[in-house]
Amino acid sequence: MAGPWRSTILNLLEKIGLRIKDPNNITKPKEVSRVMGAMKTQTTQPKSFSRGMQTVTLIPGDGIGPEISTAVMKIFEAAKAPIQWEEKNVTAIKGPGGKWIIPPEAKESMDKNKIGLKGPLKTPIAAGHPSMNLLLRKTFDLYANVRPCMSIEGYKTPYTDVDLVTIRENTEGEYSGIEHTIVDGVVQSIKLITEDASRKIAEYAFEYAKNNQRASVTAVHKANIMRMSDGLFLRKCRQVAENYRDIKFTEMYLDTVCLNMVQDPTQFDVLVMPNLYGDILSDLCAGLIGGLGVTPSGNIGANNVAIFESVHGTAPDIAGLDLANPTALLLSAVMMLRHMGMHDYSKKIETACFNTIRDKKVLTGDLGGKSKCSEFTAEICQRVRDMD
Amino acid sequence: MATVKPLPPPAKYGGRHTVTLIPGDGIGPELLNHVRELFRFSCVPVDFEVVNVCSSTEDDINNAITAIRRNGVALKGNIETLHTLPASHKSRNNLLRTSLDLYANVMHCKSLPGVQTRHNNIDIMIIRENTEGEYSSLEHESVTGVVECLKIITRTNSLRIAEYAFKLAREKGRKRVTAVHKANIMKLGDGLFLQCCREVAAGYPDIAFDAMIVDNTTMQLVSKPQQFDVMVMPNLYGNVVSNVCAGLVGGPGLVPGANYGHDYAVFETATRNTGKSIADRNIANPTAMLLASCMMLDHLKLYDYATMIRNAVLTTMNETRVRLNSPRRCSPHTFHN
Repeated sequence: MAGPWRSTILNLLEKIGLRIKDPNNITKPKEVSRVMGAMKTQTTQPKSFSRGMQTVTLIPGDGIGPEISTAVMKIFEAAKAPIQWEEKNVTAIKGPGGKWIIPPEAKESMDKNKIGLKGPLKTPIAAGHPSMNLLLRKTFDLYANVRPCMSIEGYKTPYTDVDLVTIRENTEGEYSGIEHTIVDGVVQSIKLITEDASRKIAEYAFEYAKNNQRASVTAVHKANIMRMSDGLFLRKCRQVAENYRDIKFTEMYLDTVCLNMVQDPTQFDVLVMPNLYGDILSDLCAGLIGGLGVTPSGNIGANNVAIFESVHGTAPDIAGLDLANPTALLLSAVMMLRHMGMHDYSKKIETACFNTIRDKKVLTGDLGGKSKCSEFTAEICQRVRDMD
Repeated sequence: MATVKPLPPPAKYGGRHTVTLIPGDGIGPELLNHVRELFRFSCVPVDFEVVNVCSSTEDDINNAITAIRRNGVALKGNIETLHTLPASHKSRNNLLRTSLDLYANVMHCKSLPGVQTRHNNIDIMIIRENTEGEYSSLEHESVTGVVECLKIITRTNSLRIAEYAFKLAREKGRKRVTAVHKANIMKLGDGLFLQCCREVAAGYPDIAFDAMIVDNTTMQLVSKPQQFDVMVMPNLYGNVVSNVCAGLVGGPGLVPGANYGHDYAVFETATRNTGKSIADRNIANPTAMLLASCMMLDHLKLYDYATMIRNAVLTTMNETRVRLNSPRRCSPHTFHN
């Protein structure tokens, strides 16, 4: 609607001799934080960008999920971020054909908004349906899991100066779920590696490295033992590396990475790997910076869908007691803002969060303090408002 | 280090044992030379039968396996696997382990007082299933561009390794065994492993048993490694966990490893590094290999020699505070005792 008006005005101005440079470009500062890194690809803005308000599907989750989601919403409100939240529930239901699916309204919402923020989901044992996270992954083809791990000043761990990103293939590999009992007492699990998935994840990893000014990408593998499968993965990574000559590409065995990671994590930059190694290494790196309570995570899918989540558990023992730490979900939400290109807001909120943790005056129990979740949230909100 | 079943007495002729020595690639040959020098200097009654394995044909590795069958005991360096070669060229180390059925890989990670690390008071024993799991080397490309790799878990081997772990824990006076798994995802495979561990645990009421998922385990290891006592796990997780623990106590140059089967035992460094980048520069740390040779001497029931050499190595590490990352020469260290 604004299009024809704008072009009319521009034509008029041109007629009277005035030119406006760059009329269509809303130049955003090309700021990429060392900390959280934007995941913006070269593609267009998500469709639900209307009047600057971005609608995001919010999945509060279970246990402490609702509390921390409320905390994040409050902080975003204080920062006046142009985000509209659409809360959805994703408890699995049996769809037509007997397959477990997520509720159709949730799927529609995600397909429309393209961006989601998710709290921790519980998977009841013996509920008959697969894990909720697995279901979401399959529904939206979330092929890449990205976890930037950076040491948080103020939250001391034996490891300082950690600054790396793990990019994990999220759909196949050892987690294909294909298992058989061949004879009684002999079980085989199948690890699936395909050319397509390996190429996609390699391309994503290099694109990420390029967009975030990262110097090197390391492929983690065990091709000495799993020659064909990890060999295929490596070949694809090498092929993709050819197109990104300015980014250094190395290959390293999984055991060597583990060994070196716990001795000197500063030598690693971006790590790309298949599913199982990614699971283990990303949790290892989370442990280096302080655990899952402070680690953000994002899942990228086909068709520009991206779901950002906190990766900790639902903590049923402290649910509803206002003791939860919203840092992980907050940092994931910051990652989400960067993905959408809203660098100012993301920087503001991130700085407020880190400053609060660094000052150590108002901290939740798991960070070593005695404050409540609401107090921690209020402190961050105050800092955000003070920055305006 | 005693093993589970009473093995046939190690071959001993004229009061001397014969041990197969496989130098391997990278730093293997130079480290094993240090061991030989030290043994000669200390008059240890062990003769080494050297079998070189060069990676091109399978004849060499088969000769090595025959030599180990003959002698019963071996000390080896890591044999390099060029992963750019096609899948028909299998990993020589893996071939050795599976042919000799060396089903238990045992590693003892203990913080050394003279070594500066981020974590202290670590004392973890890791028992890793050594023959099956992800290392079955069974792969096929059913459709172009789609590769399947099989991970095999069997009841027999899982029971065997669990039994080994609990027996060893009891022998060493350990209080707790933790099984590491990913049974929430690999329900049948790791589920079977976990079930076997639980069955065996029921027969050892004096030892506490718990289970932990592998990703949580690595996270706990880097934050609070002191909570672990004995850990038992399938092959690949064993690879990850043993490397993490080796890194925690000071690096690959410090920890020895042993592979035990019913009839044979092979000793090597715990993290099995070839170390090509530091080969032939006289900077590789011989501690791991020397301690592995002490484990071998214990296995041969030459306890006095084992204790003597072990004390010498540990004293050198702890009292002279030889710094690990400093470019110090390797050989003078060997003659310090």
